[in-house]
Amino acid sequence: MRRCINEMKTSFLAIGENEAFSRACASSFISQLDPFVSELAELKTAVSEAVTNCIVHAYRGRSDGIIYMSIKLFSDRRVYIKIRDKGCGIVDIEQAMQPLFTTAPEEERAGLGFAVMESFTDRVRVKSSPSKGTTLVMEKTLQEKTEDGSFKAKGNISDESRTKSGSGSPMCEPI
Amino acid sequence: MPVKLETNGSKLTALLSGDLDHYTVSDIRTEIDRMVRGAPIDQLILDFANVSFMDSSGVGLVLGRYKLINEMGGRCIVANPPNYIAKVMKLSGIGKLCRIIYTSNAVKTNESDGGVKL
Repeated sequence: MRRCINEMKTSFLAIGENEAFSRACASSFISQLDPFVSELAELKTAVSEAVTNCIVHAYRGRSDGIIYMSIKLFSDRRVYIKIRDKGCGIVDIEQAMQPLFTTAPEEERAGLGFAVMESFTDRVRVKSSPSKGTTLVMEKTLQEKTEDGSFKAKGNISDESRTKSGSGSPMCEPI
Repeated sequence: MPVKLETNGSKLTALLSGDLDHYTVSDIRTEIDRMVRGAPIDQLILDFANVSFMDSSGVGLVLGRYKLINEMGGRCIVANPPNYIAKVMKLSGIGKLCRIIYTSNAVKTNESDGGVKL
């Protein structure tokens, strides 16, 4: 039986400075489920994309917009992230979610926000009404860890040092 | 500053560091573009070895620099992206426009860092 084991809600101003805040906040909360560093990096990226969309698109040209973020953690290791704004809304969601589609090319937006969110989480849902705002929900079930913790510890330490040193993976290969 | 620029003849290396998001890339963009426009650069290397976080804003940064240097007849190279950053880049198809390389220096840094942490 799946149950919600923890929940958080926060709201913050839709300004660039809060992009780093939002993903640090999400990352810190989700860490309770002891995710792999790669999973946490993916969720941080997805949150960053969603929050950037609110700042760049939903509240474009405004600095008084509020972004609402809530996260729920479930006993089956599922993470539920909801990011909501009261901005301009999306007229054509299907078009907005197309890779490379952007309404802000002058800001060098690559049009990849939704593509990144979709590839880094299991499910992305968007509800929007023009001039009222947009609600985005992302869900991801984190991997189970082995019981003896051997693989877990090894994976964590090497991943950890990689992330903290900020350098590329020693195992990285050209793509 | 989240970017350190080094020139060697007509080669410009931009050592990026820290978090690359929509908020931080604008300063980096300005710095790199000023340098590229101000000197005869035919090769721009964007080094991601010390980047701790990147979302699609980083893709925009690479694509924009690719366009600029390409117009000037030069080429753009992406160096040492960590695994999850390489994943974001793969999604974007950047590999078709810019060569992605891993230099031996970065691997050495990784190993020594790993050694200290363990």
